[in-house]
Amino acid sequence: MNIQCPLPTTNKDSIRLGHGSGGEMTQQLLKNFIQPLFKNTWIDQAHDSATLPWKSDQLVFTTDSFVITPLFFPGGDIGKLAVYGTVNDLAMGGAEPKFLSCSLILEEGLPLSTLKRVLESMATAAEETGIKLVTGDTKVVERGKGDGIYINTSGVGTLLSNHPIDPSYIRPGDRILLSGDIGRHGIAVMASREGLEFESALTSDCAPLNWAVKALLQGGVEIHCLRDLTRGGLTTALVELAETSGRAFELDEEQIPVCESVQGACEMLGLDPLYVANEGRFVAVIPEEYAGQAIAILGEDPVGESCAIIGQVSDNPSCQVILKNGLGCDRLLQRLPGEQLPRIC
Amino acid sequence: MKFVNEYRQSENIQKIAAEIRKVTTRPWTIMEVCGGQTHAIVKNRLDQLLPQEIELVHGPGCPVCVTPLETVDRAIAIAALPEVIFCSFGDMLRVPGSERSLLDVKADGGDIRIVYSPLQAVKIAEDNPAKQIVFFAVGFETTASANAMAATQAKNKSLQNFSLLVSQFLVTPAIASICSDEDTRVQGFLAAGHVCSITGYENYLPLADKYRVPIVVTGFEPLDILEGLLMCLRQLEQGSYKVENQYLRAVERAGNRQAQMLLDNVFKVSAQQWRGLGEIPASGLGLREEFSVFDAAQKFALPKIKTQEQHHCISGDIMLGHKKPADCPHFGTDCRPERPLGAPMVSSEGACSAYYRYSQQEKAREYSMPTPNDK
Repeated sequence: MNIQCPLPTTNKDSIRLGHGSGGEMTQQLLKNFIQPLFKNTWIDQAHDSATLPWKSDQLVFTTDSFVITPLFFPGGDIGKLAVYGTVNDLAMGGAEPKFLSCSLILEEGLPLSTLKRVLESMATAAEETGIKLVTGDTKVVERGKGDGIYINTSGVGTLLSNHPIDPSYIRPGDRILLSGDIGRHGIAVMASREGLEFESALTSDCAPLNWAVKALLQGGVEIHCLRDLTRGGLTTALVELAETSGRAFELDEEQIPVCESVQGACEMLGLDPLYVANEGRFVAVIPEEYAGQAIAILGEDPVGESCAIIGQVSDNPSCQVILKNGLGCDRLLQRLPGEQLPRIC
Repeated sequence: MKFVNEYRQSENIQKIAAEIRKVTTRPWTIMEVCGGQTHAIVKNRLDQLLPQEIELVHGPGCPVCVTPLETVDRAIAIAALPEVIFCSFGDMLRVPGSERSLLDVKADGGDIRIVYSPLQAVKIAEDNPAKQIVFFAVGFETTASANAMAATQAKNKSLQNFSLLVSQFLVTPAIASICSDEDTRVQGFLAAGHVCSITGYENYLPLADKYRVPIVVTGFEPLDILEGLLMCLRQLEQGSYKVENQYLRAVERAGNRQAQMLLDNVFKVSAQQWRGLGEIPASGLGLREEFSVFDAAQKFALPKIKTQEQHHCISGDIMLGHKKPADCPHFGTDCRPERPLGAPMVSSEGACSAYYRYSQQEKAREYSMPTPNDK
């Protein structure tokens, strides 16, 4: 008679349901995989929650979830995104990122080597941005019920500016500063997902924005609002800001940097770069008198090399975003009804 | 970007626009036939450069708009079958069928994939022998040649699991149909440059002659479109009605012989239903007998498809230039891009969607104009 042991084996090289059971396998995963990568006082305590030192009286808090196919793409991966995403959201609130939590939802069958790559990437990103991963959780879902890895991260930071940075501070006459050329992330991911090949390899723009924001604030630039460009691209970010702030924006299309590869891919695929996703770009709304100084500071930062003033806030009460093109014609920019779908012809 | 930037260069465009304003002495109604041209006009707001006398009518050259409801419903029924991987160009996914769209089928678990070329669908068929791969072969002569290539490849590879749901349209019969309409307001045409790169433009010669209407084969960049308009206006103002070719860099008089042969090998001309326009004789393409094994409509025996057109959609009148989107009581109220009742509100090439955006912008303008009390 051949009796099979019903207990999950622990020496397999992929994620099993047992890794999420809270038992021995979970402990091994934590000890062997996670804790060595994120060594710090708080995570080493291995407690249900982390007790953190805090001096500032303003705490900035945010959360974000990350689901992406493929998990690895030119210029980045889900681990990097999960750290940068939350760090960038904190930075957009004018905060210095301090502490991060991380929840992993893993699909049964995920190779441990893949998990390791993602976690290593998260560790590098955390190091790079100066945020400490202090608490976390791991769950495993049955095969077919996840997409390899889903990650949720939440983060807290201390406010760097002397007032909160949010859309209510946007004023007519303010200038709109874009930190760099748009659309690289969306096109790189799409090319990698669909197996499209372009003449020159394109990599995602995914990058941490906290150092650039810190440099602007410490350089004395008054910032009225910040917003990072993510899904929905530049247009969606600006339409949201216009609506929330009750102001209208006027943009100059010729000032909006788009690299040749992104432009070419968009032409071929029938997409509009103004709606393509980014993961390392932001807009800053700043008083006119700080525009030159902001460009000078941001231009020194690796994420801001191609930064440009792309428009201004107007006193038109319509809350709309109008793009003036090179022909002097106006185009109203609006949210897309759903995802941007490539056109037939 | 070479071959693109030159045709978007502001100075040259302004020059042509000024020339257009100079030659125009009377009101003219001109139809740009292709949805791609409509898209370029709306995206670059070229209408703002034109004198008030010129009215542009967006023609029926938007495949998303003219694919019949019955075909959309058939696509939705096939895409929902568990054994099927349904491949389509992106913007067909949002087109409303009688009850739902392909995007809804996808949300309900249908395997629907956006592809950029029918040849990608052939590759998917090779990689998934246990599945049936159906490509939604929608469009005009331009996409038809790529679809013919896909069918030819599938035949050469003896693929049993690949088929095309064909909804192919021919442009010339549609233009002929508009010309022959006694009530038509269209006085000149910008013909679709990409279609002509395949077909050439000799087939327009009898049309221009018979209906005494100028036809200018026109490209898709801002400079192309304004140049095409200028050529058309010059003819209108002089009372001439020739076929001219603005899109010299892509279109030859006789077209692309090789593509034509490929098309002819795979497809035969047939009567075709156009959504909003009805049936136009000899205006579509169907697969030839030798390729009928690749015909998804035959392969998947479906119960009779009952279609339910939104009766209030006036898309036909709009595409013929009889009515403007704003004449429709549903325009901008219960028919909007995020919840379209009719196809022209779906794609950015669709006339209603284009007008919707425009009207939103106009509203903003009025809003910002000082009221009489603001002195």
